[in-house]
Amino acid sequence: MILEIIEQIAILLFVPPLFIGIINKMKAWAAGRKGAPLFQFYFDLWKLLKKGEVYSRTATWIFTAGPIISLASIFCAGFILPLALSSSPLGFKGDIILFAYLLAFGHFFILLSALDTGSSFEGMGASRGAAFSAFSEPAFFLSLAILCIHAKSVTFKDVFHALPWATWGFAHPVYLVAALALFAVLLAENSRIPVDDPNTHLELTMIHEVMVLDHGGPDLAFILYGSSLKFFLQAVLLVHLLLPLPSTNWYFGIFYLFIGVFGVGILVALVESAVARIRLSRVPQFLIGASILAVLGLILSFYKGAP
Amino acid sequence: MIQDANFILLIVIVLDLYIVSSSRLDTCVNATALQGAALAFLPFALWWKQASSGEMIGLLLIGAGTFVVKSLLIPFLIFRSIREANVRREVEPSISLHFSLFTAAVFVAGSFWMASIVVFPQSPPASLIVPAAFVGVLVGFLLLVSRQKAITQVVGYLILENGIFIFGQILFKELPFIVELGILLDLLVGVLVMGIAINHISRQFDHIDVNRLDELKG
Amino acid sequence: MLYAILGSLMILCATPLAALFAGHRERMILGIGTFGNLFACVLGVSASLFALVSGEQIFLKIPWSLPIGKIAIGLDPLSSFFLVCIFLVSGLSALYGKGYFIHYQGKKWLLSPVFFFSFLVASMVGVVIARNGILFLAAWEIMSLSSFFLVTFENERKEVVKAGVLYLMASQAGVVFLFVLFTLLSRVSGSFDFNTFQMSSLKMPGLANTCFLLALVGFGTKAGFWPVHIWLPEAHPAAPSPVSAVMSGVMIKMGIYGLLRTLLFFGTPPSWWGGLIIGIGIVSGVLGVLHALTEHDLKRLLAYHSVENIGIIALGIGLGLLGQSLANPMIIFLGYSGALLHVLNHGLFKGLLFHGAGSVQHSTGTRNLDALGGLYRFMPMTGTSFLIGSAAICGLPPFNGFISEYLIYRGAFQGSFYFPTLWGLFALAIVPALALIGGLAVTCFVKAFGIIFLGNPRTEKTTHAHESNIFMVIPMIIGAVLCFVIGVFPIEMIYLTAPAADFFGGSFTAAEPAVNSLLMITYAAAVLFILIGLFYLLRRGLLRNRKVEKSETWSCGYPAYNPRMQYTAASFAEPVLAPFAPLIYSRIKHQKTPLGYFPEKAHYEKHLGDIASEKWLLPGIRRVVKILSQFRIIQQGRLQLYLLYIAATFAALLIWVLIKGGY
Repeated sequence: MILEIIEQIAILLFVPPLFIGIINKMKAWAAGRKGAPLFQFYFDLWKLLKKGEVYSRTATWIFTAGPIISLASIFCAGFILPLALSSSPLGFKGDIILFAYLLAFGHFFILLSALDTGSSFEGMGASRGAAFSAFSEPAFFLSLAILCIHAKSVTFKDVFHALPWATWGFAHPVYLVAALALFAVLLAENSRIPVDDPNTHLELTMIHEVMVLDHGGPDLAFILYGSSLKFFLQAVLLVHLLLPLPSTNWYFGIFYLFIGVFGVGILVALVESAVARIRLSRVPQFLIGASILAVLGLILSFYKGAP
Repeated sequence: MIQDANFILLIVIVLDLYIVSSSRLDTCVNATALQGAALAFLPFALWWKQASSGEMIGLLLIGAGTFVVKSLLIPFLIFRSIREANVRREVEPSISLHFSLFTAAVFVAGSFWMASIVVFPQSPPASLIVPAAFVGVLVGFLLLVSRQKAITQVVGYLILENGIFIFGQILFKELPFIVELGILLDLLVGVLVMGIAINHISRQFDHIDVNRLDELKG
Repeated sequence: MLYAILGSLMILCATPLAALFAGHRERMILGIGTFGNLFACVLGVSASLFALVSGEQIFLKIPWSLPIGKIAIGLDPLSSFFLVCIFLVSGLSALYGKGYFIHYQGKKWLLSPVFFFSFLVASMVGVVIARNGILFLAAWEIMSLSSFFLVTFENERKEVVKAGVLYLMASQAGVVFLFVLFTLLSRVSGSFDFNTFQMSSLKMPGLANTCFLLALVGFGTKAGFWPVHIWLPEAHPAAPSPVSAVMSGVMIKMGIYGLLRTLLFFGTPPSWWGGLIIGIGIVSGVLGVLHALTEHDLKRLLAYHSVENIGIIALGIGLGLLGQSLANPMIIFLGYSGALLHVLNHGLFKGLLFHGAGSVQHSTGTRNLDALGGLYRFMPMTGTSFLIGSAAICGLPPFNGFISEYLIYRGAFQGSFYFPTLWGLFALAIVPALALIGGLAVTCFVKAFGIIFLGNPRTEKTTHAHESNIFMVIPMIIGAVLCFVIGVFPIEMIYLTAPAADFFGGSFTAAEPAVNSLLMITYAAAVLFILIGLFYLLRRGLLRNRKVEKSETWSCGYPAYNPRMQYTAASFAEPVLAPFAPLIYSRIKHQKTPLGYFPEKAHYEKHLGDIASEKWLLPGIRRVVKILSQFRIIQQGRLQLYLLYIAATFAALLIWVLIKGGY
């Protein structure tokens, strides 16, 4: 039990920045560049952690609490999701709901700390961030509901092992639909193309980056690490969904987790390299489309003689 | 393989939704081409296990014909008229895209509902055939009604026809494949005529907005 | 414990009379009123909590000389639960009112709010303990009237009177349905007593459906189901804040109570009742929060959130009804528990938020979001409580809103697993609806809290804001603490809702796995706090010997930055509202676009409103009024004519009786 918790903490602490590194490396390769080192994100975080802080005179304690609370709630959500093993330290019957709401709680505080400086740019970012996550919330729940219905449970542990992985795919295209919708949510929630461009540095076009414009030093490190952690968690969710491989062996589990997350990273990088960013006014439609895809999946699950 | 067939049909339904939601003309046409390609494999996936060798040739012919006509020739023709008529690349729906997407979702739900009620004399070979066909027909109508450009009308017409094509698959055993090929030919001619018409209309009037066709009447 | 509650009812009735003796000494009136109401509420909360925990069921009949029969009152877990909510929220608001009304000293006669506040609380208690149709309706009417007088407290303002009249019209229109409902039931059962309703309703299945629909409209008008919610966004802002807190926190829940009580008259309900209520819940929830997003007036925004939360409660009730009709005790338990707990939770955080709104309004003189900003620095206690209330109303853990939504989620998932396809889909529809409502609520409260309390003051007025007095702050802090405690220790709360949920045929034992999982939420909250502490210490350690500076906000290098450039409430809500445009009534007026090449004055105004009121109900009402005003012809103001009417009526009745004969 103790070992399990330590293992979970270790993965949560050290793997997410690597995940970002993989994506950036893949994107660089796809563009024909050499790209930053695989561990660049660790260096960035280390550099930020060594810095001091500059705060706006307008800001209150919410500005500094935002990064801490959001990181803590994402980390707490990380304890709920099974990573390398089939169970997790904080897993319980019904944990999917708490997982989603903890992520929302973290987002709530990031949004507030964005508004705290009174900057119009950050207000703009918060407005967009809030709107887009409001649209991705139903898509997320709908696509998870597909899995829940097959597993007859609202628990990650049961949902991931509802189907033996050999019969996946063609036999259960419903899962594919769920994965597609979840992938769209993953892209939108983690500010990737086609919703947001992590590389852009123009205040007017950004969503996530513009929300944290006034944060610096350790605060920014918390935010960046927190968002990589959230990205990693949602990628793990997708991995477990696509490769429901029951594993009680820790080494096997970690191996397969790495392979899966690596795969998701490559997928994200490919999408980012191949697809153009959509107009901001089209983003809700992208997410509504994901919801409707998930609804299609649900209809299929309820349809008599469903595939 | 029923599961393969269902998989293809699912792709067809997803593409229907994608076409409704896309705001760009060439995305629409490309997706239609992809749908045609997916449908080309459908007869084969449905029937190859039970087909006699004579019917096998028919299956292959239908597949090949569908592929060539629906995913190569027709898109090529449409793209040519887009190019020549110098059409703007936006879809220009008369109702908002959110709303059309929502309507399409309602149609999907309705199709599955109808499919679970309707009883056929012989049970359909794959469970998704009937809903997918309904979705195709309804979404095709939706596109025909809610889009203003002649090009999107053609796309709507194609989707509609794809829906009917899927229905036709239930009757493969009864229907000689010549009929299917004949339909394909009709379709091709139809698109050809529409393409020519679009060209002429745009040359004459500088636009291809179907809402303004009523100006043509005497 | 019924006697203790009757005792607090007595105190509530005696308080205004005692205040009457204070004459025009306003401080004394307020003091007596606050003390009396507070005392009654503390007594009431303890008594009703005790009754709830001990599962007391008592029934009393007191003979009455009036022709309508006897006074029948009683207590059961359902009543006790609502009594807890009433006394708790009213007590907090009574205390808050002491701080709030003191500012009207010398401007208005303070007896009126004290008087009607006591009567409002007393009448709500009466509604909940009544076991007789006539008594129920009498208490109901006193409740509507006393709240009407409270709403029109500032009756020198025109819009307040207008709102009050709309409120009165809506509640009277609603009560018509209730009269029909109780008359119907009493005709069948032969008496107005609730327990005879219960016996006789089983005889006629058609009656049940009629009664259900009547109750849905009648009680729904009070509760604020969409589209009969139109009085809420008018009356809540018009009322003084402690009154809005009570009205929104508990008075509209009397509609929910009435609906639940009516449902108890009938045995197993048909499934479509549940489906209908789920549909109403989804529509109320989503449209409520959408309209809240369009609002700039803080209290109107909160009023629309009441519509949203009533929608969530309806989702729970609908789920419970489906569970009843499909005989699934676990889902009955989860649905009703979730709904009831949300009644309590909404009372707590909505009371808190309305109190916060009152403090903001009192301190700055405006409720317009776009005129506010940066209030946190001036009002830290109000700000912190408002923040906790916001997180709670969005349903975020570790606060109480999450717990009730969690129960409804669990019930909805269970329903989608085990119900037959159609009803399974209905249960499943709750899941994305709750998720969407939650996401939109987060947007709305980030907007409300962020625009009001964070950033820089947008107008001059706001820079002179100050923290409210102690009587206003304490209830807010208590509310915030309760929101937090319920969110962290939810399993204890289930013991409060369990007896009431079991009353509807739910089974605590069947739902035990789901209930036990609430314990894990406590653990998760503990982990969350440990992590917050750790990260806080880490940050402090890192920054110990480093430079921490203060500077200006980054404005992209623009030197002439001013607070008016901050994002406003309208611009904040625009991206999320755009896709929902067809659901919102919008009217563009004063549009003047510049023509030509040179800049000139331009003007653009867009007003967002409610389709239900702007398009459907108000035009309908106007038409009805137009038709009815034709009848004004009979009102001539001449005494002789009226006497003629009486004579004519008398003659007509006489003729009718003669023709009918047979007596």
